[in-house]
Amino acid sequence: MAFEGGGDRGKAERFRSAALPYLDDVYTLARYLLRNAADAEDAAQECYLRAFRHFETFRGGPIKPWLLAILRNVCRAEYARRGALAGLLADGFEEAEQAADGLWTEGGQSPEAETLHRLDSETMQRLIRELPDTFREAVVLREINDLSYREIADVTGVPVGTVMSRLARGRALLRTAWLAEEKAS
Amino acid sequence: MTCDEAEIMLHALIDDELDAGHARDVEAHVAQCASCTAQLAAYRDLQHALRGGDLRHSAPVSLRRSIDRAVPSPVMTNRRTLLKGFAFGGLASAAAAASVALIVVRDDQDRRIVGEAISAHLRSLQADHLTDVLSTDQHTVKPWFNGRIDLAPPVIDLTARGFTLVGGRLDFIDGKPVAAIVYRRRVHIINLFVAQGMGSVLPAPKAESVQGFNIRRWTDQGLNLLAISDINPEELEEFGAKFEEASRAAHAG
Repeated sequence: MAFEGGGDRGKAERFRSAALPYLDDVYTLARYLLRNAADAEDAAQECYLRAFRHFETFRGGPIKPWLLAILRNVCRAEYARRGALAGLLADGFEEAEQAADGLWTEGGQSPEAETLHRLDSETMQRLIRELPDTFREAVVLREINDLSYREIADVTGVPVGTVMSRLARGRALLRTAWLAEEKAS
Repeated sequence: MTCDEAEIMLHALIDDELDAGHARDVEAHVAQCASCTAQLAAYRDLQHALRGGDLRHSAPVSLRRSIDRAVPSPVMTNRRTLLKGFAFGGLASAAAAASVALIVVRDDQDRRIVGEAISAHLRSLQADHLTDVLSTDQHTVKPWFNGRIDLAPPVIDLTARGFTLVGGRLDFIDGKPVAAIVYRRRVHIINLFVAQGMGSVLPAPKAESVQGFNIRRWTDQGLNLLAISDINPEELEEFGAKFEEASRAAHAG
């Protein structure tokens, strides 16, 4: 697959130096959102293809959130493709919210202040991957992509308040899962 | 401040997202609330543990290379230098240059069209983007395109042959409006893009697989057709063959 050939080499060079340094960020988010290395590669490639095509529309500022927003759209299209039609997607979100409600109550009401034991990176990655979609996205954007609340709100298209509550739930779920993992091992 | 409020706010506190005033409010609440003190410690601990782990993934070298290759590069031989090289030769090489240029241009355009068809297909699968006109009746879908696009796309109902007509929409590929006719096979969507001059004229149908999608392109009555779906190549071939057969029958009758 090639980008549009032709004319503006200057654009290509600007794009290269601005966008390529964030490839690991884009690929990392894709891995967590799609939970699959091959799909993540395709999504990252498609993200850069779209980003280059629409580079004129990028209005300065930090480019990382702009790239991650494009990547997220690509991933949502992939969700839609996997679910064949968008109806399944909405159901998935509802289920996730409900499942999270249960766990939130469980983990949130009786916080266990004990210090977490170290888990190896692979186990930690798995626990994050197992979070429901909306919470996983918020946690990854914050803790791994290192975005601010404002940037996460822009990338995910929700108000900052929603970002805060998703992050709170996501972390509660993750901590609960972490403690369960410790007990199991 | 109530514990419910503090529960959310203490995340903003550990993320350094609070201004001094709000930070003081949260800290004041935490100072006199054992439960919130425990929560704050627990989430600081979680953040600390997460940051101590290696949670990032490095993009594979092959991915980096293919993206890098795909962005036009100043050192890459481009069409213009290719032509210039030939232009210094004799007449014969000028002719050769012209034909090479034509192939390069076509090839480029075809690749771009396939890329954009994939993007358009993905877009169409997102909520509310699939159809502008929703109908299983070809006599409803076909006239819908009148006045919206400068051609009369062949809208053929293949329901009896295993591919349900879902509807149509206007889409854009290579900067030009194209007719998109939408079919369904079980839970899979097939987009059939129809336009004039959308890629090169193909003497025979061309099947390929790009980014996990199967694509079949062919030319019919001066129109370029491109079918794309995630159904398997055999079924997409079946779709294309049946469409062509029905199209021929329609023109004969």
